[in-house]
Amino acid sequence: MKQLLLLSGKGGTGKTTVATCLIQLSQAKAYADCDVDAPNLHLVLGTFENHSTKPYYDLPKAVIDPDLCTECGLCHQVCRFDAITRNPYQVIPHLCEGCTYCAHVCPSEAITLEETVAGTIELHTRSDETFSTATLKMGSGTTGLLVTEVKKQIKDKAKFAILDGSPGIGCPVIASLTGVDLALMVAEPSLSGISDLQRVIQSARQLHVPACVIVNKSDVNEELTGRIRRYCNEEAIPFLGTIPYDKEAIAAINSGQSLIERGGPASEAIRAIHHKVMKELEAL
Amino acid sequence: MKIAVLSGKGGTGKTLVSVNLAAVADKGGYFDCDVEEPNGHLFLKPSLIGEEEVTSLKPVVDMDRCDGCKVCVTACVYKALAYIPGELMIFDEICHACGLCTYLCPQQALKETKRVIGTIRRGGRGSLSVHTGKMRIGESTGVPIIKKLLKKLDDDLSIIDSPPGSGCLVLETIEHADYCLLVAEPTMFGAQNLALVHELTRVMNKPAGVLLNKVEDGLNPSELYAKEHDLKILASLPYDSYAALESSNAELLVERSEKYRTFFLELLKEVVDEATLAAQR
Amino acid sequence: MIIAIPAEEKSLDSVISVNFGRSPYFCIYDTEKQQSTFIDNEAAGRPGGAGVEAAQNLVNQKIDTLVAFRLGDHAAKVLSGAKIKVLKAVNLSIADNIAKVLSHSLEELNEVHPGGINKG
Repeated sequence: MKQLLLLSGKGGTGKTTVATCLIQLSQAKAYADCDVDAPNLHLVLGTFENHSTKPYYDLPKAVIDPDLCTECGLCHQVCRFDAITRNPYQVIPHLCEGCTYCAHVCPSEAITLEETVAGTIELHTRSDETFSTATLKMGSGTTGLLVTEVKKQIKDKAKFAILDGSPGIGCPVIASLTGVDLALMVAEPSLSGISDLQRVIQSARQLHVPACVIVNKSDVNEELTGRIRRYCNEEAIPFLGTIPYDKEAIAAINSGQSLIERGGPASEAIRAIHHKVMKELEAL
Repeated sequence: MKIAVLSGKGGTGKTLVSVNLAAVADKGGYFDCDVEEPNGHLFLKPSLIGEEEVTSLKPVVDMDRCDGCKVCVTACVYKALAYIPGELMIFDEICHACGLCTYLCPQQALKETKRVIGTIRRGGRGSLSVHTGKMRIGESTGVPIIKKLLKKLDDDLSIIDSPPGSGCLVLETIEHADYCLLVAEPTMFGAQNLALVHELTRVMNKPAGVLLNKVEDGLNPSELYAKEHDLKILASLPYDSYAALESSNAELLVERSEKYRTFFLELLKEVVDEATLAAQR
Repeated sequence: MIIAIPAEEKSLDSVISVNFGRSPYFCIYDTEKQQSTFIDNEAAGRPGGAGVEAAQNLVNQKIDTLVAFRLGDHAAKVLSGAKIKVLKAVNLSIADNIAKVLSHSLEELNEVHPGGINKG
């Protein structure tokens, strides 16, 4: 199964919109939303017939049994995360980091560690298509484990898969990149966007995943778009094109219409990019 | 009033709104809590007043005392310790500095020492104080940096530029706020993310209002959401390629354009008024 | 020699897992006894520290050699500290990779990537 991953470094560059168009143009039968902090892909994919879910567990969190608690206060003293309140002694779940120190010191064995559901892993299918994603409970963050689980669900479900990747540069991005054939970076022409792009390219390099770059909303700042193009040339990273700012994109998304069907300058640009991306993949 | 500016996802204009509000206020403090990738200082260009390190604790082992019992290795839930014959390896970046291993070691071979996990820069721009927190790449959590950053909150006026997402970093910033300004894009994605952060403010019991950003003609799902959920819309910023260009170059709109200066002055007044009203309830 | 290989399935015909820390299983092959066993990778279900834990488990199993596609820097430190050789896997089955180890046709895996950390 060949996998194409879309990354952006910072959020809001248009990664999900581009991903949706590429899914339609390539008729990919397997796709995943690894951007679990703010999953968006499901909003534009239409409805699916079959759904299955399974819980995603983070580290077990401490729970104090009030019947056994003698209010000695030792747990509160040792907790480094301000997660234990006094009068009554209770654990604040979203602050608890699951370290178990409190459980170790409690003289009355009033503290147990309980499995905590931090989110739900979802699998949606219709005819021959498979869509994998997850949702997180408030206060929980995406982890490498969660991204790995989301990716696992589409493994070998089709010849070609498209993954909408996690933003940022941390563990979830590394997990997104693992085992992927090509990473397409969706950049935007802003100073903050450029430094994020460089960091994410570095991550891809360290994992030996070939990368290529496109610039979205390129006409917002042609000078910075040029800078990104030059950077790619210097670093021998294929620069596959630009997409102009196009308010048709917003109208299309909002009316649930495919940008590709609706047409317009952005749609045209994405078609051209799709062609180049598929060529890059074939060449690998 | 302490105002947190949130958006749920990146790229909606949260920083743009925060820095322009702070600049036009020219008093109080601006706090960049996006500690993984702080950008506010690029716009505000503060003169540096001071830099502090944020430290956490890390366990350090005395191998003369360590007998390889591996109690620490087994007890550590984060798996920050590994033992190979003759050496106990400690992985600082995975370590959450909980102190358990040091407490448990039967040979008392572990001791905790400080290590740097980030920095805080405090600077000034006119009468505005600018506070920027930055986390070292690879650290397991930025919460201690945000905590230290927000120790200097100005009760009169603080603009807190929150991190994107809805994780513990965001919760930490909302914790200290009197009022939350939610910035939303006019797309389905934007509305979805607005719903996410709105829920956060409800759970944390914080009053909130909305700024619609990059507005184009036509249906605005975020506007609909706000109306359906009794979220007050404080202002609406139409999409403007001029604004997009200036911001991409990290320029402050309130300095480059009289129109925007007026807009943000009014927005500031609105936000402070709303926050004051909410506090009285 | 005791060789460990991250495995997607419990079979010598299985492909090697692209993951190390989160590989579902490890194949442990003893070249003297010419026997293979498959163990579950307990680290696979961890939200963080998977590489370190998987490496520690392999150290406890007293392996000499690991064959893998990639390795994070934390796991690499543990393995090199324990003097375990790490060889670069080829995109074939586990059985094929074992054969290549025995015929000395695998290169050393020198590049490691930064370890993944969860946000708190």
